[in-house]
Amino acid sequence: MTHHRQPELDTSPPVSDEIRRTTCYMCACRCGINVHMKDGKVAYIEGNRDHPVNRGVLCAKGSAGIMQHNAPSRLRAPLKRVGPRGSGEFEEITWDEALDIATDWLAPLRETAPEKLAFFTGRDQSQSFTSYWAQNFGTPNYAAHGGFCSVNMAAAGIYTMGGAFWEFGSPDWERTKLFMLFGVAEDHDSNPIKMGLARLKERGARVIGVNPIRSGYNAVADDWVGITPGTDGLFILSLVHELMKAGKIDLDYLARYTNAPVLVNGDAKSPEHGLFLRDDDGKPLVIDRATGKLAAFDKPGVRPDLHATHRAAGITHRPVMHLLAERYLDPKYAPEAVAERCGICADKIRRIAGELARVAFDEAITLDIEWTDFRGELHQTMTGRPVSFHAMRGISAHSNGFQTCRALHLLQILLGSVEVPGGMRFKPPYPKPVSIHPAPHCKATPGQPLDGPHLGYPRGPDDLALLEDGSPARIDKAFTWDNPMSAHGMMHMVISNAHAGDPYRIDTLFMYMANMAWNSSMNTRGTLEMLTDTDENGDYVIPRIIYSDSYSSEMVAYADLILPDTTYLERHDCISLLDRPISEADAAADAIRWPVVEPDRDVRCFQSVLCELGARLKLPGFTDGEGGQKYADYADYITNHERKPGIGPLAGWRMGENGLTHGRGAPNEAQLDAYIKNGGFFSAHIPEAAQYMKPWNMGYQEWAVGIGLFDAPQPYIFELYVEPMRRFQLAAEGHGERQPPDRLREQIKTTLDPLPIWYPALEDGHADPEEYPVHALTQRPMAMYHSWGSQNAWLRQIHGHNPLYLPTKLWTAHGFADGDWARVTSHHGEITVPVAHMAALNENTVWTWNAIGKRKGAWALESDAPEATKGFLLNHLIHELLPERGDGMRWANSDPVTGQAAWFDLRVKIEKVAAPEEAQPVLPAIESPVGTGPDELTWKVGE
Amino acid sequence: MTTLPAQTDRKLGLVIDLDTCVGCHACVVACKGWNTENYGAPLSDQDPYGDDPRGTFLNRVHSYEVQPLATSDMPHPAAQLVHFPKSCLHCEDAPCVTVCPTGASYKRVEDGIVLVNEADCIGCGLCAWACPYGAREMDEAEGVMKKCTLCVDRIYNDNLPEVDRTPACVRTCPAGARHFGDLGDPDSDVSRLVAERGGMDLMPEQGTKPVNQYLPPRMRDEMDQVDVLAPFLDPVAEDAGGFIGWLDKALERI
Repeated sequence: MTHHRQPELDTSPPVSDEIRRTTCYMCACRCGINVHMKDGKVAYIEGNRDHPVNRGVLCAKGSAGIMQHNAPSRLRAPLKRVGPRGSGEFEEITWDEALDIATDWLAPLRETAPEKLAFFTGRDQSQSFTSYWAQNFGTPNYAAHGGFCSVNMAAAGIYTMGGAFWEFGSPDWERTKLFMLFGVAEDHDSNPIKMGLARLKERGARVIGVNPIRSGYNAVADDWVGITPGTDGLFILSLVHELMKAGKIDLDYLARYTNAPVLVNGDAKSPEHGLFLRDDDGKPLVIDRATGKLAAFDKPGVRPDLHATHRAAGITHRPVMHLLAERYLDPKYAPEAVAERCGICADKIRRIAGELARVAFDEAITLDIEWTDFRGELHQTMTGRPVSFHAMRGISAHSNGFQTCRALHLLQILLGSVEVPGGMRFKPPYPKPVSIHPAPHCKATPGQPLDGPHLGYPRGPDDLALLEDGSPARIDKAFTWDNPMSAHGMMHMVISNAHAGDPYRIDTLFMYMANMAWNSSMNTRGTLEMLTDTDENGDYVIPRIIYSDSYSSEMVAYADLILPDTTYLERHDCISLLDRPISEADAAADAIRWPVVEPDRDVRCFQSVLCELGARLKLPGFTDGEGGQKYADYADYITNHERKPGIGPLAGWRMGENGLTHGRGAPNEAQLDAYIKNGGFFSAHIPEAAQYMKPWNMGYQEWAVGIGLFDAPQPYIFELYVEPMRRFQLAAEGHGERQPPDRLREQIKTTLDPLPIWYPALEDGHADPEEYPVHALTQRPMAMYHSWGSQNAWLRQIHGHNPLYLPTKLWTAHGFADGDWARVTSHHGEITVPVAHMAALNENTVWTWNAIGKRKGAWALESDAPEATKGFLLNHLIHELLPERGDGMRWANSDPVTGQAAWFDLRVKIEKVAAPEEAQPVLPAIESPVGTGPDELTWKVGE
Repeated sequence: MTTLPAQTDRKLGLVIDLDTCVGCHACVVACKGWNTENYGAPLSDQDPYGDDPRGTFLNRVHSYEVQPLATSDMPHPAAQLVHFPKSCLHCEDAPCVTVCPTGASYKRVEDGIVLVNEADCIGCGLCAWACPYGAREMDEAEGVMKKCTLCVDRIYNDNLPEVDRTPACVRTCPAGARHFGDLGDPDSDVSRLVAERGGMDLMPEQGTKPVNQYLPPRMRDEMDQVDVLAPFLDPVAEDAGGFIGWLDKALERI
């Protein structure tokens, strides 16, 4: 028997030599991190307690950043392709050579036809910079990846209420009492959502999760609504039906802060039918309940009437509120009428409607905060409806996603729960009305910059990106009649359109951080064929491809020139108020990254490379007065660039007339040092009286002007009725100069309805629902969301392969057992994959983790890695076009309003098959430009 | 065989809230990072980029599906998913200690933390065999047994700010599902939480008297019950015409 004995133990060992505080880039959450350094090396990463986003906590990805930074898949030097495209055969070249090649390719394009450069970025957090570069180059062909991600959510939010969910809005976690989450497995605000759920649980608030799959957040929800994919909009409109029918809507809020009282032209013969009645200044008109007369909606003292109509010249013009009643009280939205399609029993829909009403109205909050609205009225209090919502990709990535997101915003607004205590709140620079967003610009002129920003929010047909002959101006056909409101562009169409030469041929495809040769494309194998296809002369149909990435992704093999980026710990970045900052609902905030370590190899920050390339190409924004390079590197740009006088990429520590200031001010050479000293971020708190009711609160509006978000106050009302959509419908009805092609008239009339509607996913009308009865979805695991995870030695031990999860009904019906495999077939293709049983799943839905499957040879993994042998992509089953249905046309597999890729419309059939050796299809291995990783890791930086 | 102390001054441990854990694995990786760089040998990974990646982790999250039984109130209960983080539970009657042939495994008198003195560990693996929870992992590279130290090199560490003297997994948990404290003190925050929420021993029948406690998930899916208290809404109108009539009257009352 060994007796109890305790060895000497040092319980206070040194932790690190130094802590360097920067911003995480393991996903889109942008948390503050403390990087512990030992002997000049990264030893440990933890959350920064002072940081407004994560307040010290950090997710699995963030803590695994050290394995990303040291991943064997990191590229080492610029590469020039020497084998055929797709082989992965490269030679390393110098940066001078790489930049010479890029300049030789791009300079002639700029001088003759700038649109022949297509520049698209993926997980880019510098879009205000990359778009500025593309605008200077002069090509209309620029966008980031929003079009294949969640543009429906962004566009529906902006058009309806001047702000969206994403990371741009959040529930009032401290006050909300009922939180309803739609279609979220994980989201950009990954740590804030978890922290917020913890606060709700502490306070005993109720959480309802609406998702076909009960994983993650839905697993901890008090109530789960296992909805049938693509029917969220129908469910939401049924809730709207129930609430309206019971009169449980916030009439005061609707009258004051929305366009519910605005009068709509009721003259069916007028070219303005369905547009708003406006005064001579163009302001929408309401009837003032005090006087019974017409008045501009924002006139001081006006009490907009939700009820009264206006009769003139024998025509009755009715307020939007009447149109809402007419539409949503229709029995077709009654719970019984929708229950079966939604997969939710009617009583449950009624109970949820009842609970929403009870909490919003019986548990209302009153804050004694004095504020003045945009009509000049002084309020002594703020009324809160403590019901909040959040939603993301699950409702967005459908062909009915835009209208579904709109329906959810309608529900929020009817309850009076946006921008109020306990409701959903925006984060600066939001709220921001459509009127101060740009419209899209697309006029390319040889040797000149583009005529304005590429992306924006069309107000009507005049803003479409069309050439004089009516053909698309952009290679992705964004902002055309097929998808007029494609506010984020349509990156998922670039390769197929460029390959087809439709609408025109391009010369150089330039991409950044976008794995289009694998998980970021629909129809992956077809995409690879397009990237490698040659014409009758043996030349590539897409002549040149330049790609920048830090890692040996699948896309690397398909480029001709590789510009290797740094890791996120080796670079400068700004997370800017001009772009997608780290603001919270109570504060405007932005942040930086800075090189906490220097690169140990011949790689460069991509944005610094663009500064040099821009100068070589003589782009006006990147050259100084003498024609030399204007910005030495990205840090120089961040510090010294001014978008307009006094407004730069970073708002903190600018130079005022009397010393340092924030918001507006001249560049400050020591700005980045000030950020580093402050932990890598800047935060400006919104005064207490301006923290709610922001779109209408003059206190907020004036604060926002002061800090430089706007040049003048921009109050506005929420758009339950979206007039720009009606303008597209009017065109489809034959009004106006710019006319859609006849093939699209019916689609536009139906889907660009200015009030939210629901229609079945478009794939249901093309692929036979009888033959393909099962919905197939993907989710990103929390430990890998947006994180380039598979080359990460720690994260891949958590999610190294991805079975297809089957619900009990299918599992039993097909007689599956553990270890079985299934053939999964869609209208487009088939895959053979391992299956697993999951009971907490909608009974007609199967799903898998997205982007776990990897191609052999990529990411410095061994060829027998489970990601390549058992892992798989659903992408092989999804095509960018819907199947033919005999009308002579191929319709896009995307939302007809925004062009958002309809990933989640997918329908499949399932068969049990004998296990193959590997998941099918197997693509040939690509040669790795970096070899593979070591056989063992015993990682310890310090002694 | 190694003896346990007759009693310990404190019972430091974790309280893990299964109602709140979203299964994000933040705790798993924060633990991996801290303990790779700190206490003892690094937590190694074998075949980290190959076909059978397997490394040493002191804390792992398992997920279990639960299918509640049908009742008259809930004839078709939905299945549930429970995320279950698991690490050493620092048992009062720790069989991993008593089984140790060299005295390398021990339970500290001052706080009850169970540790392995790596210098004395011969890598025989008896302790892992004895632990009913599977909480110990043999490090393949070093040949020594690794386990949760409750971050003994953090919780007393004068080089850390006081607020950070907590295990790495607790500090990082975004969902607030992990709590650290003295479960021997009935007035501690963690003890109160256990009392309020009905905290449970894991596998009490094993007789190990685990210090760590689990808070059970709260009742789910009440809205699926046939008889719930929330009444349905009363209609004010059956159609648009009726609604617009109601609207005028309702506006008068604002």
